[in-house]
Amino acid sequence: MLDPSISYYRYAFLGCEFLTWLWYSVSSSHINKILNKGDSLEIGNKIVFERKTNDSIEKITIKGKEPDIEEGFVSLKKGSVVKEINLIYISGEKEWSFTVNGENLSLSNIKTPDVGFIESKDDVDGFALEKFFLFDVLFSLLDDLFGKFIKIRVSDKWFGVVSDIKKWIHS
Amino acid sequence: MGLLSSSVSIKRYYVEGKIQESPLGFIKRGLIKYSFKETEDTHSETILGWTSFNNHFLPDFENTAFVLGDRFLFSLRIDKKNISSKIIKKYLYFETIKRLKESGRRYLAAEEKKLVKEHVLSLLLLRVPAVPNVYDVVWNYEKSMVYLFSNNKSVNEDFETLFQRSFNSHLIKIFPYSEAEILSGMSDQERDHLPNLSLTRFTE
Repeated sequence: MLDPSISYYRYAFLGCEFLTWLWYSVSSSHINKILNKGDSLEIGNKIVFERKTNDSIEKITIKGKEPDIEEGFVSLKKGSVVKEINLIYISGEKEWSFTVNGENLSLSNIKTPDVGFIESKDDVDGFALEKFFLFDVLFSLLDDLFGKFIKIRVSDKWFGVVSDIKKWIHS
Repeated sequence: MGLLSSSVSIKRYYVEGKIQESPLGFIKRGLIKYSFKETEDTHSETILGWTSFNNHFLPDFENTAFVLGDRFLFSLRIDKKNISSKIIKKYLYFETIKRLKESGRRYLAAEEKKLVKEHVLSLLLLRVPAVPNVYDVVWNYEKSMVYLFSNNKSVNEDFETLFQRSFNSHLIKIFPYSEAEILSGMSDQERDHLPNLSLTRFTE
């Protein structure tokens, strides 16, 4: 395994490409072929783009209930990458919302489905166990999606995907 | 921010290697040895240690459970003393005046100024109470995964250092490359392509 202090920065672009692929997959409904039947993934209320120029970093954040896709396309056309994306995952009656950071794949602003209230000390363990389960669902989803992406990324299929993403950006 | 909060941030780590003896006893010893020690009488800016998930102010790994289901559950407590730069500036001014008056000189040498600043900081650190912050930790031993409920870089670094010291186990942060290598389920052949990847440009 490569030294993490080197691979962290050298291959950070993989996370941003993953988020771009994810956004494309959600927008083009390709995601439905990947997710379990009946589950859905939607773009949430925030996408952050980043573009590195010679001596500066340009950051564009699109916020709102339905982020303006056109503005995002303009950023991508200029050479930006998706740095951060907020997603909503729905499985049955349950809904999770969370933000994925492309550079380090950390999750923030995670909101799980309701698990009731803690009314006494005795409820804490049950509440925590339920939370473990709900976080596991989210990380399994992330690992599964990233696994699908990286297997395409190291294969020749990636050239076709890049061509499709370019068409989608310029459509 | 913790496990029970309505909105959380989580940093994931992969734990390299397995503990050679019973994990329960080994982890318990590590938690006890490096548990948070309450003290106000310190010149340190930061005090940290493990604490119980159920009682952040009184860690008791000897008598209270830190296992829930198939995971270990405990917390990292980091107490920090934050002194405003304006307060430091004020005390530094009065201390400098005092020293000049005592010595009868008009200026302090650079080395003296440094010593005065260290003295002032040391006195202030003794007087200012530390602000406690607690971050929950979930360790899924079977899966070799640890979840820290914070994405703050400094907290992550403190956690990694204390974890390594307490359990003699090396943590690998989960980020795109390590996720691909460890968690993606790639074949050896697919994994061989990873180091050769380069940035894709989506612009025409």
